Amino acid sequence: MKAFLRYREVWLLAAIVVLIGLISTRFPGFSDPANLRQVFNDTSILMILALGQMVVILTRSIDLSMASNLCFTGMVVAMLNAAHPAIPIPLLIVAALLVGLALGAINGLLVWRLNIPSIVVTLGTLTIYRGATFVISGGAWVNADQMSPAFIGLQRAALLGIPVLSWIAVLVIALFFLLMTRTALGRSIYAIGVNPTASVYAGIDVGRTKFIVFCLSGMIGGLCGYLWISRYVIASVEVANGYELNIIAACVIGGISIAGGIGSVGGAVLGALFLGIISNALPVINISPFWQMAISGSAIILAVVLNARGERRQGRIILRKAEAA
Amino acid sequence: MPSVPRLTLSGISKSFPGVRALHDVSLSLYPGQVTALIGENGAGKSTLVKIMTGIYQPDSGSISIDDQPVTLPSAHAAFGHGITAIHQETVLFDDLTVAENIILGHAPRTRFGTIDWRTMRKNAKEVLGTMGASHIDADARLKDLGIANKHLVAVARAMSIDAQIVIMDEPTAALSMKEIEELFLLIEFLKSEGKAILFISHKFDEIYRIADRYTVFRDGEMVGEGLIKDAGQSQIVRMMVGRAVDHIFPQRKAEIGAPVLSVSGLSHPTEFDDIGFELHRGEILGFYGLVGAGRSEVMQAISGITRTSSGTITLDGKPIAPKSAADSIEAGIVYVPEERGKQGVVIGLPIFQNVSLPSLRRTSKSGMLRLAEEFALARSYTERLDLRASSLSQDVGTLSGGNQQKIVIAKWLATAPRVIILDEPTKGIDIGSKAAVHGFMAELVAQGLSVIMVSSELPEILGMSDRVVVMREGRIASVYDNKGLDAETLVRTAAGIAE
Repeated sequence: MKAFLRYREVWLLAAIVVLIGLISTRFPGFSDPANLRQVFNDTSILMILALGQMVVILTRSIDLSMASNLCFTGMVVAMLNAAHPAIPIPLLIVAALLVGLALGAINGLLVWRLNIPSIVVTLGTLTIYRGATFVISGGAWVNADQMSPAFIGLQRAALLGIPVLSWIAVLVIALFFLLMTRTALGRSIYAIGVNPTASVYAGIDVGRTKFIVFCLSGMIGGLCGYLWISRYVIASVEVANGYELNIIAACVIGGISIAGGIGSVGGAVLGALFLGIISNALPVINISPFWQMAISGSAIILAVVLNARGERRQGRIILRKAEAA
Repeated sequence: MPSVPRLTLSGISKSFPGVRALHDVSLSLYPGQVTALIGENGAGKSTLVKIMTGIYQPDSGSISIDDQPVTLPSAHAAFGHGITAIHQETVLFDDLTVAENIILGHAPRTRFGTIDWRTMRKNAKEVLGTMGASHIDADARLKDLGIANKHLVAVARAMSIDAQIVIMDEPTAALSMKEIEELFLLIEFLKSEGKAILFISHKFDEIYRIADRYTVFRDGEMVGEGLIKDAGQSQIVRMMVGRAVDHIFPQRKAEIGAPVLSVSGLSHPTEFDDIGFELHRGEILGFYGLVGAGRSEVMQAISGITRTSSGTITLDGKPIAPKSAADSIEAGIVYVPEERGKQGVVIGLPIFQNVSLPSLRRTSKSGMLRLAEEFALARSYTERLDLRASSLSQDVGTLSGGNQQKIVIAKWLATAPRVIILDEPTKGIDIGSKAAVHGFMAELVAQGLSVIMVSSELPEILGMSDRVVVMREGRIASVYDNKGLDAETLVRTAAGIAE
């Protein structure tokens, strides 16, 4: 299984290398290390969001409210910063994590305690959280000139020549890698996704674990709320509208099975990078944004077909071995 | 009585990896007669039904209808030959109307190629009328009907395609007494229409009430057939259970100690009532009964997976009330569930992760896993069970059924339980793995553990148990000391047949 997963990620990595190579033939500067660092930085927020979505999808659930959570939490921290510029930025980040956590916990409680399918719950909270953003802001924007220099500057500061935003992404990737491979919670998340019934018999609390993954995706949404607003320096009701689909697309391209239980941190990161490269490169080689959408869409379907084929091949191997045994 | 069979199966064999499901069996169904197919669980009845309905292909043997050889490569082909099956859970469409369910797949068309709803409803009503079931509204949604009426619709469907061979697989399992009577009237009607009927049931009173002929299967072989009026119940029971000993059960010196687990007055609103028994240190307590007697449900209640309405469970003199599987594992009671694939192994995870899954609290420290300990745990238990695998990182999906079962047992043993409940521990696994599982059970009780073994396999019950609890219809029918106990007594008690 592990060898098989590596196999899939290696292929995704190869596809990304080929993609970069192809783009370089039209736009030679694209494969410069400096430009690639820039692409990574541009994709950081999507990678972080995809990891939050991944843990939810692994448990056979989905969180459609992540982009709305991002929008709401982003507005909260932007308004706090505008009203009280003295609040230190680390404290604002903690606030973003807590607000996101609260919104995620609402999703999680509804899924856990009322046993409502997550797609229904988060479809509801998707509109509620965005609506709540309108309520707290009165529909007004928070503009760059209302934000403090520290608020905007933190993620742009360079550490060892790399922006803080990229470092945050690296840190989140490392934490999720530890979570999924080295903790009891990570193991339970996989077990629930692969076989929920057997997990119940093994003493795993399926409902509580789902609650925890929604809390996690909520915190990630909240963190990205701050990162997004401070990056694009405008907070409005329209922020990240429809972005939940990009997050899910990154997961799917990264080989995370919508049926749950299959997927890895590396896959989610590579899936996000793939989308990031496409959206970065196509404008510079003069391909219209509509082609971008078509290419992203084709990549999703191609990824699903390849993954389904991979799993089927795996199935045949099982059968042959079982017959030989 | 006509003596020319409508459907003949001869020399049918079918094997699955590691299991021989059917070996050289024959079966004939006669027009206007009901043939009862009798056998224990695992005797091969379901496999035969699946072959007759085109779902499985036999490895060898032939099938003929009205003396013409036929093949049944698909469910559609079987349907085309007029073979239809009515299952325990009838395979119909809940959200369609009665008429649609009856006519589906061969609906009349208008000259524009659309479905001719008027003719369809008329045809459906006619079919229901001929069966004396005109009380069913052809426009009602199927989900609003009771089980018995759903059966009527299933039969009406069979009638509407002019099915000649009707298979009824435990049709009475979910029916009330009155509904069973209605079903029997219907079977009489089908007989009068000249249909050949295969009736599968565990209940002897039903078989003697409705069947003309019987065929008995045991361990995938046909061991007897004839007219039901020539055969007594005890004769059929003997055919079902009498067998050559196919493997030796481990000898063990029973050193039964003090009671460990005692259960009293355990009740559930719908599944079981007033269950009480004691389990002693070093004892193997067998639970025997027909399918649906409530054995697994009792075990799931004891292990915290389902809730009870009343009753007490005492472990080592202390009352416990497990609210989840985690609670009972913590207390020292583990339940190894019956359905290995669905409830046991987690296919897609490697062996060591499967073994450590219920023990994650022990193999991790403040939430962080300690992989070395996980591997050590997995290695020690899989070695004790003589697991054949190339590496502990291998996906359990690549293992045979017998080896998967060893992992399931290893996984719960690794939690260091006091009481281990095994539900059908050797169902569907090969002889070699069976012996390994039995040997290991003997080893466990020798170490002072106590084992509850739910099993529908008589040799296993008789070969392994110190005492046997027989359940019938959600209650304990009797408890026997396994000294000079014979299979026929158990079957009679389980089925409620008087001496």
